[in-house]
Amino acid sequence: MAAGGSATAGGPTTSARPDHAALEVRDLRVRYRSIDDHGPDVLAVDGIDLTMDRGEVLSLVGESGSGKSATLLALAGLLPANASVSGSVRLQGHDILALPERARARVRGRGIGMVFQDPGGSLTPVLTVGSLIDEVLLVHRGLQGAAARAETEALLARCGVGDPARRAQAYPHQLSGGLRQRVAIAAALAAGPEVILADEPTTALDATVQAQVLDLLVGLVADEGVALVLVTHDLAVAAAVADRIAVMYAGRIAEERPAGELMERPGHPYTVALRAAALPFRPRDRDGEGIQERLPELRGRMAAAGGTGCSFAPRCPLATDHCRLVAPPLEPFEGGLVACWRAGELAEWPGVESPEVEPEVPLAAIEPQAVGWPGQGA
Amino acid sequence: MTRSGWVGAIGLGLLVAMALLAPVIKPRDPLDLVGRPLLEPFADPRFLLGTDALGRDVLAQLLYSARVSLVVGLAAAAGAIGIGIGVGTVAGFLGGRVDGILMRISEAFQTVPTFLLALALLSALGASTANVVLAIALSSWPATARLVRAEVLSLRQREYVDAARLAGLGPLTVAFREVLPGALQPVVALVGVTVGAAILVESALAFLGLGDPNQISWGVMISNGRQAIRVAPFLVVIPGVCVALAILSVSLLGDGLAARLAPQRRYLS
Repeated sequence: MAAGGSATAGGPTTSARPDHAALEVRDLRVRYRSIDDHGPDVLAVDGIDLTMDRGEVLSLVGESGSGKSATLLALAGLLPANASVSGSVRLQGHDILALPERARARVRGRGIGMVFQDPGGSLTPVLTVGSLIDEVLLVHRGLQGAAARAETEALLARCGVGDPARRAQAYPHQLSGGLRQRVAIAAALAAGPEVILADEPTTALDATVQAQVLDLLVGLVADEGVALVLVTHDLAVAAAVADRIAVMYAGRIAEERPAGELMERPGHPYTVALRAAALPFRPRDRDGEGIQERLPELRGRMAAAGGTGCSFAPRCPLATDHCRLVAPPLEPFEGGLVACWRAGELAEWPGVESPEVEPEVPLAAIEPQAVGWPGQGA
Repeated sequence: MTRSGWVGAIGLGLLVAMALLAPVIKPRDPLDLVGRPLLEPFADPRFLLGTDALGRDVLAQLLYSARVSLVVGLAAAAGAIGIGIGVGTVAGFLGGRVDGILMRISEAFQTVPTFLLALALLSALGASTANVVLAIALSSWPATARLVRAEVLSLRQREYVDAARLAGLGPLTVAFREVLPGALQPVVALVGVTVGAAILVESALAFLGLGDPNQISWGVMISNGRQAIRVAPFLVVIPGVCVALAILSVSLLGDGLAARLAPQRRYLS
């Protein structure tokens, strides 16, 4: 899928149930209490809003500590015990944060599938991948025995696992990393979710397999009409697969716009810096050609969330006294939203006009079958 | 498997063969009075290991005792390990208050020495083979529970537990289906020690006369032989050697199996 698409008008596929968005997040805040109860609390996510339609890919981008993973874990209900969440998360018409725990687990289990960074860690080593998926089918769809196994094999086949009947008998350690991630995606799809959360799903994989797995995820979004939230620190990956990109900084959304427009004309200085630091998404030459110089570096550290003024101001070359005193609100800007007092003036900043990243990536051109791996039937 | 593991397997195999073949080798009741009392071993070809103070065949007693000692030892160890695995998995996986309560209970059991606890339980329950098994199992589960809990505590941090939780699987399903099997490897090493300890406790209880009064066992033989220890030390030495061999065999076998499973373990962690 090429980068682009509209900001809020919905995904490319027709939604099965158009009465509500697939996922609606309002004013989500995640606060970590310090473990020993003496230190100050840490505000990891400081009030973010997100709306996801079916068939849409939204990418959360940001450096470590920006709150993108905390956002994802809050949606998945996997935050540690010392974290507290507020705001609302509407999934399948329920505000899941307001539901009692049991009902919340049920709605989440049905409505959200999650793909983790390391498929070696997210698949239990003690069950065959088939029994793992069977288990989910039993809990959420009441399938058992041969019916469950047939559906498991169909899911595996849909996720590009060749010879699914045989692969279903395998333990995770008998599969390659790419196959494992395909199995993990099949498991995430098993309950028939409306939303898939993917936390750096390709970071642990080889470069060629990365493209295949991204391709698979994007294809599933189009075919199944699910909404995909893709968390990545790699703006190039986000640009390659997402319809919309939300750039996070210090627990807030700095800029949220259609992917193509955001890559071409960033509205926030932080996006410019991120874009400059992104590696082009293409295989490197064997002799290392292609990356000759050091990538530009964004100096300084991320400010803690919740301070006064714009949290990016200390690192921003455009910051004024006004920026340091008053935090900019998230306001409409060229098809999306940007939180920057000087968003309109950004085009004058040197370096903005000459993007080093090419967002047009021939991702769809990489056919999984063309590369091939052992046991791939086609 | 390691060489010592094979030695243990052979030793245990011999003991099991003794127990199984007892009625074939010595069809008569081992408690029958069959010959002159206190015959030395090898003195009479009918009684290879001699006779005791009442003229009962020592070899026959030894063979039938192997049945009691092995069955009680294995059953008690299985009970202890079963309780330990259940408690350890629940405590380690659920954590928090449940963990606190279960671990305080296990500490309460651990503060009393295993043997004294078994002794006290058996005095309260009354002497029978089933009660011996129960008393030993109830007094020796905490070690397994603590080991399993520690393993489960580390495994429950894994992402696959998060994945299963998000998928809406119940905590006990996740704990016993997805986490527990990965935590069992170190328990294998403990099996040998637990079985050995159970055999020893059984013998000690029998020695004190707290076993089933109608059944002969190595502990009973040592107890009976004690009175004649000055004139016929073999009555104590022979069953004593059997107890030692049994414990040594199961310990060596347990270690051998654990070593055998180690490479897989390295993969899992």
